Amino acid sequence: MTDAVAVPLLEARDIVKHYRVGGLLGQKIVHALDVVSLSVATRETVAVVGESGCGKSTLGRCLVALEEPTSGILFLRGAPSRSILSIEPLRFRRDVQIVFQDPYASLNPRRTIGQSLDDPLRVHRMGNRVERREQAEQLMLRVGLQQRHLDRYPHELSGGQRQRVAIARALAPGPSLIVCDEAVSSLDVSVQAQIINLLRDIQKQTGVAYVFITHNLHLVKRFAQRIVVMYLGQIVEEGTTEEMTARFLHPYSAALFAAAPKLWRGGVRPRATPPIGGDVPSPFAPPSGCRFHTRCPIAQDSCRTVEPSLRQVAGRTVRCHLAE
Amino acid sequence: MSPLLAVKGLTVDYHGMHNAERAVDGVSFSIARGETLALVGESGSGKSTIAHALMRLIPRGAGSVSSGSIAFEGQDLLALPEAAMRAVRGGRIAMVFQDPMMALNPVHRVGRQIAESLLAHGKATPRTAIDRAIELLTLVGVPAPEKRARQYPHNLSGGMRQRVMIAIALAGDPALLIADEPTTALDVTVQAQVLAEIAAIKSRLGMAMLLITHDLAVVSETADRVIVMYAGRMVEEGNVEGVFSRPAHPYTRGLLEATDWEGAASDRMREIPGSVPNQGEMPPGCAFAPRCAIATERCRIERPSVERALHGGGVSCFAAGSPS
Repeated sequence: MTDAVAVPLLEARDIVKHYRVGGLLGQKIVHALDVVSLSVATRETVAVVGESGCGKSTLGRCLVALEEPTSGILFLRGAPSRSILSIEPLRFRRDVQIVFQDPYASLNPRRTIGQSLDDPLRVHRMGNRVERREQAEQLMLRVGLQQRHLDRYPHELSGGQRQRVAIARALAPGPSLIVCDEAVSSLDVSVQAQIINLLRDIQKQTGVAYVFITHNLHLVKRFAQRIVVMYLGQIVEEGTTEEMTARFLHPYSAALFAAAPKLWRGGVRPRATPPIGGDVPSPFAPPSGCRFHTRCPIAQDSCRTVEPSLRQVAGRTVRCHLAE
Repeated sequence: MSPLLAVKGLTVDYHGMHNAERAVDGVSFSIARGETLALVGESGSGKSTIAHALMRLIPRGAGSVSSGSIAFEGQDLLALPEAAMRAVRGGRIAMVFQDPMMALNPVHRVGRQIAESLLAHGKATPRTAIDRAIELLTLVGVPAPEKRARQYPHNLSGGMRQRVMIAIALAGDPALLIADEPTTALDVTVQAQVLAEIAAIKSRLGMAMLLITHDLAVVSETADRVIVMYAGRMVEEGNVEGVFSRPAHPYTRGLLEATDWEGAASDRMREIPGSVPNQGEMPPGCAFAPRCAIATERCRIERPSVERALHGGGVSCFAAGSPS
């Protein structure tokens, strides 16, 4: 998937995002993203996982240019996003879309599904009223809904159906990349599988790439080709799903996946792994040295003082002095 | 020996705008001393309503227990005068909710809030209450408990707040802890810590627990027995090993398969089609029939009762084989 010669579909290079929080007195800076690089190829699914405050949602918003990074560059098919956005903003928006966790919050309750779905088609000038209605009907069928749903209001649909509408709306302009920010997290388990299958089917048909931001680790194993693990605004490990789930190199990735409860379907009962202690430290004042050292079971003196950089170990990228 | 809690034919109706909505429909179960029973189900399954009914917390105007009985330590909770119920609530039966920020008072120090609970249940005197509160904080794994006791809820992380809630629940020396999605809002590593903490406290105090969750993996690691709920009805019950290794109900099978993320990344996920029926469109027969792959004509007309299943528990399905 990661062909060295090919230009990636979307590439984020050294993205830094700081937020200023608070008033004149006691203003603080949150280091939401600290030099994060990520590239996504066509037809690829990259999962970004981590706990609250790790910066995964900020990264998602930067990737779709809903947030302007403090520094760093975003490239779409090799061209800097800033120049595309200043000359042809619609071209960028057509190519890169986002689906959020709560479709109830992203759909206007006073407008029908058809009206909400018409917005992107109209903005991107995709035909006259009659043509757009036809396209909206097609989109509904593609996401497993029916044409009659176009005349419904959001409250008349179930959570799963609303998320299908959100996906239809993201698909409307024909994007090549969709960022899914916890897109199935608020859905019932039985419905999650439906949406995952739907996303997979759409990828097969259109070649769309996904950046799948989630805290649901089990889901990642079945859905993504590549996993990016984040902790306190930094990438700590990145590799293919196969390699990563076989053996994690970073102690945080290992602890994170070990903490996820395991389903028991007979045989030896899985014993809950002794969890790592502590909470995620405040992103206002990340720990010195390696940011994970305060919770790391194998941390040494150097980890407390020297910040590890991302390096290549066994074909993947890891930010740990001790990984081998 | 009689069970700690025995619920028989519990039926709860909410008063809708036009008609009554049956949230819980004829549910029977019991919990032995020290046992952990999990109630699992998706949204609208009635699992939280059962918890509220046990605590008699269903608001008078909103709904009521229409029939059934709840026996706890030899008392009929539904017949208890409100004053006596108040002593049981938070005393012998305590409850922990998903969102501790909603349940804690934001303007009082957490130590005081635990002390209040101790005083209300006569478990301490005004002189000893704060010391006992600090002991409870230690018991639930809060580091630096003296310092934490003087802090306000907003000073604490989500995991610490949930531990404070558990400390408040333990203040009344409960025989039964009702935990309603206690770790759903927490990060996965913190969830593992809190679940481990609850398990340790349970075995130390010999307390029974009713764990309400949507997560079958959490059930796998924590519960002795499980009840699977669907649309207000019990579809299957038994010990966790039996039900999860030999599920008899098609809904339980579907849920397990949708939760079981083991398997190749390229495989389609098994999904349960459709969604949970809304109140008012409840089918006359089995509530799951419209989504069931093996439903027959009989399932659509006649409602199955709970029969003995091959795994020794109970199942409510015409198609499930009964032990001969």
